[in-house]
Amino acid sequence: MLRASALAGLLLATVSATPLLAQSEPVKIGVLVTLSGPPAVLGEHARDGVLLAEKVLGGKVGGLDAEVIVVDAEGKPDVAAQKARELVESQGADFVIGPIFSNVMGAIAGPVTGAGAFLLSPNAGPSTFAGANCNENVFVVSYQNDQMPKVLAEYMNTQGIGDAFLLAPNYQAGQDSLNGFKQQFKGSIGGELYVPLGQLDFSAELAQVAAMQPSAVYAFMPGGMGVNLVKQWAQAGLSNIPLMSAFTVDETTLPAEQDAALGMLSGSNWAPDLDVPGNAEFVAAYRADYGRVPSIYAMAAYDSVMLIDSALKAVGSTEDKAALRAALKAADFTSLRGNFAFSSNQFPVQDFYLTKAVKRDDGSYQTSVVEKVFTDYADAYVGQCPLK
Amino acid sequence: MSAPRLLTRPVAALALFAALAALPPVALALGDPFLVVVGGRMLVFAIAALSLDLILGYGAMVSFGHAAWLGLGAYAVGVLMRWGIDDLALQVLAALAVALPVAALTGAISLRTRGIYFIMITLAFGQMAYFFFVSLSALGGDDGMALTHRSTLAGLRLMETDEGLYYVTLAALALAFAGLWALVRSRFGRVLVGTRENALRMQAVGFRPFPFQLTAYLISAGICAVAGVFLANQALYVSPAYMSWQRSGELIVMVILGGIGNLTGAVAGAVVTIALEEGLARWSDHWRLGFGLLLVLVVLYSPGGLTGLARRLTGGRE
Amino acid sequence: MTGLFLLQLLNGAQFGILLFLVAAGLTLVFGIMDFINLAHGVLYMVGAYLMAMFTAQTGSFWLGLGLALPAVLVLGLVLEVTVFRRLYDRPHLDQVLATFGLVLMLSEGVRILWGSAPLSVPMPAALSASIPLLGPMRYPVYRLAVIGAGIAVALGLWWLITRTRAGMLLRAGASNRAMVSALGVDIGRLFRLVFAFGAMLAGFAGALVAPILSVDPGMGDNILILTFVVIVIGGAGSIKGAFVAALMVGIIDTVGRIFGPIWLRAVMDPQAAAQAGRVLAPMLVYILMAAVLAWRPAGLFGRAGAR
Repeated sequence: MLRASALAGLLLATVSATPLLAQSEPVKIGVLVTLSGPPAVLGEHARDGVLLAEKVLGGKVGGLDAEVIVVDAEGKPDVAAQKARELVESQGADFVIGPIFSNVMGAIAGPVTGAGAFLLSPNAGPSTFAGANCNENVFVVSYQNDQMPKVLAEYMNTQGIGDAFLLAPNYQAGQDSLNGFKQQFKGSIGGELYVPLGQLDFSAELAQVAAMQPSAVYAFMPGGMGVNLVKQWAQAGLSNIPLMSAFTVDETTLPAEQDAALGMLSGSNWAPDLDVPGNAEFVAAYRADYGRVPSIYAMAAYDSVMLIDSALKAVGSTEDKAALRAALKAADFTSLRGNFAFSSNQFPVQDFYLTKAVKRDDGSYQTSVVEKVFTDYADAYVGQCPLK
Repeated sequence: MSAPRLLTRPVAALALFAALAALPPVALALGDPFLVVVGGRMLVFAIAALSLDLILGYGAMVSFGHAAWLGLGAYAVGVLMRWGIDDLALQVLAALAVALPVAALTGAISLRTRGIYFIMITLAFGQMAYFFFVSLSALGGDDGMALTHRSTLAGLRLMETDEGLYYVTLAALALAFAGLWALVRSRFGRVLVGTRENALRMQAVGFRPFPFQLTAYLISAGICAVAGVFLANQALYVSPAYMSWQRSGELIVMVILGGIGNLTGAVAGAVVTIALEEGLARWSDHWRLGFGLLLVLVVLYSPGGLTGLARRLTGGRE
Repeated sequence: MTGLFLLQLLNGAQFGILLFLVAAGLTLVFGIMDFINLAHGVLYMVGAYLMAMFTAQTGSFWLGLGLALPAVLVLGLVLEVTVFRRLYDRPHLDQVLATFGLVLMLSEGVRILWGSAPLSVPMPAALSASIPLLGPMRYPVYRLAVIGAGIAVALGLWWLITRTRAGMLLRAGASNRAMVSALGVDIGRLFRLVFAFGAMLAGFAGALVAPILSVDPGMGDNILILTFVVIVIGGAGSIKGAFVAALMVGIIDTVGRIFGPIWLRAVMDPQAAAQAGRVLAPMLVYILMAAVLAWRPAGLFGRAGAR
């Protein structure tokens, strides 16, 4: 039995054998996103966005040698918390780009910022970090979670849609999404249904929608659930009712939704055909290197690296954290979204668009800008954040 | 089925604990203090796996909802800290005060069933707990609760450093191990094992299995809830994800991988599983492929898990 | 309101039949071979992925189905020969650990082969219409076809097990393996066939639901737990039980999550009803299972004392 413990010791030794490289010289950027298990595709988009940015910058970020360390958050908050500490404490990451999911954000923000590193979120933007608990070392490069549903609510307001039916999975992000929608929407809510997380079959909800015949439906149904909803929508004969959604029809789900999603409207802060300098080149390069159309996850991750690049160029090193923080906050970089600035809570001020799912010339699918809904739009929590 | 006898010899357990106790200074000497954090996770899951081994290994009650206790323990810390109560002992008490009544109720119902039905009814209760916390906005729902600091021990901030937390967790693990060690050797333990081997015969000699099984189930749930208290301190975060059925499955894997029905196996299983996850994840995003293959190979070529392997390596007798 | 309720009953039954399609193979393998196969869900997933690949290559739903089924059958045979046959006589826990390992391997293998992004299987044109039903509500023809397929599988299995010589041997082999072997029947070959057939049923279910559900690396996990719920409520090994339990689960889940909050509003204020409905809806299936097992510890149609 002694040998069994020897085996355990050996395994420990394997773990420890990972070399601890000498600190400093290159800038270290950790990428902490979920890369295994079912929801891995979003993390892959973000990772590829970072790698493409690094490549575009010629392997240097802010003119300094850069090392990108990609780590799998495994979608588990406790594992992610540990990996975050490992990134900043043991591997000396100066910046961490992540996570994808809001419930991981709460777990990694403490460890990353506690060690003096900067956390840049390429997707998750929970309200907890936008309001009273905002953090001077957390920069959310994506959006605030409430904003996407508000885009659709505002669009419905302008279209004079008087009643809407709401659908979301029953968890925090789903409730936040519907609450965000209701804050902005001026019409009446015909009904709302929360479905259990991971639900496969929407026939019951769709029958309710068919019976109510609302003027429009707003849905927040991320990932595989969204694919199921969209595919079953047309099959249930609901094509006459507009389905408008957030995080349900995008470049990560469109490969599976295909024609069933064509014409469906979404709210977004970006689309592959957004006409701003550099965007077309980004989409082409991403498509060439990774064989798929980039999504907002890839875009925001790419932007995150460019933001770090701009800050390092301004400051010159990672030594002076205060100067670096100010440089990050200045957001002096060319965003793939065009207009981009940070609010005092370090969430973006940006434009939001209504997008539509379309088929590209090469047979693949993407979202396409229909119209701008909000200009220089900041989130609703800025006032509660003590940061200046 | 008398194989577990072998590892009741204390030398294996002592060696394992000595190795665990030596980990922080070794990590420091290797210049990788982060190993202490990984080690701390190993200890937490070793406590959880130990608790599962009591009912799974000694009582043949395969709980597929065991992670619920881990989660309840973690939430006890989260809620108490929100009220400004940082004391570890009070948090452990709160964890037990929540977990034990729930375990008494679910245990009484679950123990009406056996075999696969027991597996699934415990899964049902685990899923209920999971969905309850996912839906409960008051405690953050799916987003969970972030903790700003660790628990205090008798007013001292002993656990604020990783080494401090590590040794306090190790002490808890040693305590749980010693307690269970004594328990399974007591008359209680012998009745429990007897029930596993032949419930009818135990009844014939005058033991109703139910009170013994329920008591074991309660002890197991309580110890696992304590593991949850330490998990919350480790991650400084509390989330319903701790209660998912995948997590319960991982606990079962740890116990079977280590070898069921001997406490050392459960600890070794947890240590090796976490070490493998950590080690393999550094190689590739596709580490689950290798981990899965390893599990299959262990079952095919090493019945009895790691302790079975150890037995064959040390001569196969006893 | 009554009409809508009846329609939701139909939706629930339809979801139940879908669950039965997956559960049938699992309960067969568990009931006859006393084997806990956690890899059943990934076989279902592999069936859907093969379906996606073959329909994309051939451009035809039916050709894709025709190719996917034998492919899953072959995979089932390969797994049986390399792994499963060595586990038949082993304790359940060894089976759990080994098949859990296979779940990890196959899921990751699928990600390596086909990527993490969900895939799509187009619906066959002949079945893509929807028929009018009750006012503005319509029902997809394809779902009627799924219901038909589920009922056909149920009847086919019932006939196979109760009316054929192979079925008789299987029943005999399940209760007394040594006796059947002594009669000169190659029990190993019989089990191999059952296992491969069970794998094919899982793959068939996956292929069949591919046009309505997302084909992604998580689809096996989601369905596996529900499938186990179904076979345990029904009584492990009972095809009849699986069928009844699948319908129960489907209907209670569907009707409960739609009408639960409405009914709750009758006894409490709307805010509390909505909150309670949200908390209870995802638990309904598990509450049902716990209640059934508390009442009948071996499921509805299970043999008491067995396993």
